[in-house]
Amino acid sequence: MSDIQLDVETSVRPDGPASRTLLGDAWYDLRRSWIFWISAALLVFVLVMVVFPGLLAPQESTSSLTGGCQLANSLAPPSSQFKLGADQQGCDVYALSIYGARPSVIVGVLAAVLTTIIGAGIGLIAGFFGGKVDSTISRIIDIFLGVPYILGAIVLLSAVDLPGIWGVVLALTLLSWPTAARLVRGKVIEAKGQDYTLAARSLGASNGRIMVRHILPNAIGPSIVVAVISLGLFIGAEATLSYLGLGIRPPDFSWGTMIADAQNAFFQAPWTLLVPAGFLTLTVLAFILLGEAVSEALDPKLRK
Amino acid sequence: MADHLLDVADLKVEFDTRDGVARAVNGVSFTLDEGETIAILGESGSGKSVTAQAIMGILDSPPARITGGSVRLRGREILGLPEKEYQQVRGSQIAMIFQDALSALNPVISVGDQIAEMFRVHRGMSRKAARSATIDVMKRVRIPGAEERYGSYPHQFSGGMRQRIMIAMMIALKPQVLIADEPTTALDVTVQAQIMDLLQELQAETRMGLILITHDLGVVADVAERISVMYAGRTMEQGPVAEIYHHTANPYTEGLLASIPKIDERETRLPAIKGLPPSLFAVPKGCAFHPRCPRVSDQCRSGAAPPLTEVAPDHASRCWFAEEVYGNVADA
Amino acid sequence: MSPTRDRVIAVSGLVKYYPITRGIVFQKKIGDVRAVDHVDFTVAQGETLAIVGESGCGKSTTGRLLLGLEPVTAGSIEILGQDITTMSQKELRAKRRDIQMILQDPYTSLNPRMTVASIIGEPFEIHPEALAGRTKQEAVRDLMDRVGLNPEFVNRYPHQFSGGQRQRIGVARALALKPRIIVADEPVSALDVSVQAQVMNLLLDLRDDLGLSYVFISHDLAVVRQIADRIAVMYLGKIVETGPQDPVYSSPAHPYTAALISAAPIPDPELQASRERIELEGDVPSPADPPSGCRFRTRCWKAQQRCADEEPLLRDVGGGHLVACHFPLTPEEAASHVVPEVPSGHATDS
Repeated sequence: MSDIQLDVETSVRPDGPASRTLLGDAWYDLRRSWIFWISAALLVFVLVMVVFPGLLAPQESTSSLTGGCQLANSLAPPSSQFKLGADQQGCDVYALSIYGARPSVIVGVLAAVLTTIIGAGIGLIAGFFGGKVDSTISRIIDIFLGVPYILGAIVLLSAVDLPGIWGVVLALTLLSWPTAARLVRGKVIEAKGQDYTLAARSLGASNGRIMVRHILPNAIGPSIVVAVISLGLFIGAEATLSYLGLGIRPPDFSWGTMIADAQNAFFQAPWTLLVPAGFLTLTVLAFILLGEAVSEALDPKLRK
Repeated sequence: MADHLLDVADLKVEFDTRDGVARAVNGVSFTLDEGETIAILGESGSGKSVTAQAIMGILDSPPARITGGSVRLRGREILGLPEKEYQQVRGSQIAMIFQDALSALNPVISVGDQIAEMFRVHRGMSRKAARSATIDVMKRVRIPGAEERYGSYPHQFSGGMRQRIMIAMMIALKPQVLIADEPTTALDVTVQAQIMDLLQELQAETRMGLILITHDLGVVADVAERISVMYAGRTMEQGPVAEIYHHTANPYTEGLLASIPKIDERETRLPAIKGLPPSLFAVPKGCAFHPRCPRVSDQCRSGAAPPLTEVAPDHASRCWFAEEVYGNVADA
Repeated sequence: MSPTRDRVIAVSGLVKYYPITRGIVFQKKIGDVRAVDHVDFTVAQGETLAIVGESGCGKSTTGRLLLGLEPVTAGSIEILGQDITTMSQKELRAKRRDIQMILQDPYTSLNPRMTVASIIGEPFEIHPEALAGRTKQEAVRDLMDRVGLNPEFVNRYPHQFSGGQRQRIGVARALALKPRIIVADEPVSALDVSVQAQVMNLLLDLRDDLGLSYVFISHDLAVVRQIADRIAVMYLGKIVETGPQDPVYSSPAHPYTAALISAAPIPDPELQASRERIELEGDVPSPADPPSGCRFRTRCWKAQQRCADEEPLLRDVGGGHLVACHFPLTPEEAASHVVPEVPSGHATDS
């Protein structure tokens, strides 16, 4: 059946109707995917929360120092003053959730970016050089992949005293790069065997040029998809770690700390849990959906 | 008039793609009789493989759409049969072998079991009966040590042997029509000859009709009785082998014959056909070949495509100058 | 071999074995794939040597070794008088300006993420001195023009071109550094029939205009006939027959060459039917475990005990026509399998 596809594909000529780049192809598919548009809308909202939280809620409402939180309002139900209720300290849960987005998303983005860079770099070296280098790196990857994810992060964060965003980012990156590395390594080996790589070598191209110009651009696609999906998962992991008291600590707060704080009051004031959990779930979902849509658009084999 | 074994008339297939509608097959007609071999010759994008897949009823739909024509097997229309009934036709009445046997065979099932499956599904044979029938058919395609190799997997065979296994699988149910889509293209020259000989031998035994789909004018020269030349989804010329090779009535066939290297003639520069095969999204108006044709005239550039015109009994060409081209070559 | 012309390639005792290993952590060598096994040949300035054979015969490996893309197991390869097998990586990279390669598959040999401009321009980024005062844009446009591509398409991506046009892009890339030798590995076998002739004619024009020497690797004896001055037929890593094209085609002395010629289809029903075709039994044996003595003996109809015991060496049967066979075909025997030369309307040169 792929023969038909090939026949039609190969007959596209420069004199044919449409000329597109590979990214243009992907964009064409994305534009037609409702999953993409839902996730894009959600992510625009997340982006506003992270960059301009002031547009959505006043910062004073999140702190007792500025008089935004008053114990008198502790666990106040949703009303005209507190749109989504108040927490134990009497802070506005809606405003807290808006301002709590920034650390959560920053952790996710940093962990995803670092994981991809480190994973791609190591995977590229392993796949490109092969032989002893590859088997050594592959064994290290195997060992890391054997470590249970959250448990590893808990042990690591308990052992190293690095509170706040950086500790969480470090722990997540350290435990996630092997997955990215393994993925990139496989793709690198595939690209290395392609004739265009051979052609570059026969031109006298250096290893560095071959890796950067020819192999990486053809091997990085899937790991970008994975990065987008894992970005959502990292945000969830941050919440888990903060919930366990190992991530972001007071006076800083994130969705994770909010969920942790809410557990005592859940039956009295379910909004204290449901609101930040709702924000978290929608954000994670948005990234996962985006990853799905991008992966379908980048992979011609999945095209309908 | 008696029914032909297979009668394809004015077949049309379109593909819906993001770039618009690709007219992959745009009016293909041919007939095939018992024991006859017809070669469908064309370059990539000529629609030859799509034609075969349309006859087999294995086009993916969407994006493919059969928009016209008919395919009759012994007088019975099979286009548009419900899938269940088509499955009865496929394999037992019409079978198809593909270019790439390795990807057409299931890598995780032994070749013997794959062939036996045909007998079990279509003939309802017992496991034991299917096994012995399989070994018989493996012997018929001359796989050495058929009994011992029953349990081997596709990757354990050489390219030529894999093609034999696929042939065994496809002739297992004694189909009346066998379609071979570039059956030897992926093979070495010395193995190609073995496979073509095997196909001819099996055909002589079973009197099946054979459709050979190929881009290679050389391969079909002494195998086919008739040739149908396709270009941009249309039948350009059709006729007996000797007529096509020695008295072509179509400038495309003429150009094709002149442009292929021949082992028996040393020519340094071959007269190449200028330009490229057209995009299926923008098939030229009038005669699809006109932008590349040395004989092009105003008549070719506009209006409808020229009709298939008979220049001799059973020899037709889709060209306004068919008679002229035919005459010229005959005089030479 | 024409001693009056300069030799641009001299290969002697070339061997390439690939080890077969077992085990993941503790790798143990259990054998060798003998891809190229003691091969000698030379190519003169402006000459085309065709290396012909079926899959697994070592022809493509030989091509890669000529470019120094893989280390040799033994032997020497002199390119323009310098042995490349002893060169450092850096020297080798500089040497690539003299010898370039055209690959078979125009779909995989071009990086899908690069535009035509960057594909054809890349040689100049690696060897900026090859620009010789031009800008890269000028150089790329000149090359596109030279190979018959519309320079307006410079910013398009490979997938927007047809197979024949892509192969022209590959040819332009190989020409960029003004090499003196081009190794062409099956350059037209992936192309449509009507486009093959265009690309072959381009290669012929370039050879004549630029004085290039070609090593033309192919399985297709009909295509080779159009371009080769001399032929080397390989089987399981060895050259079994070599010589100027005319004696090899008209009176092949090695049974394998005769079989190859007789198996090559002729697009003429009567001629095809009139030939006595040699049908070889079975497939090519594995190069990991080649037969003793003559490697072709397992498929040869003339094989005798001596063929298993003693390896035949290349010896001259006249006029630089060498054959490695204990029982070579006489011209009379060969004649029934080949087709007599048909006088063609086109002048034959050389």
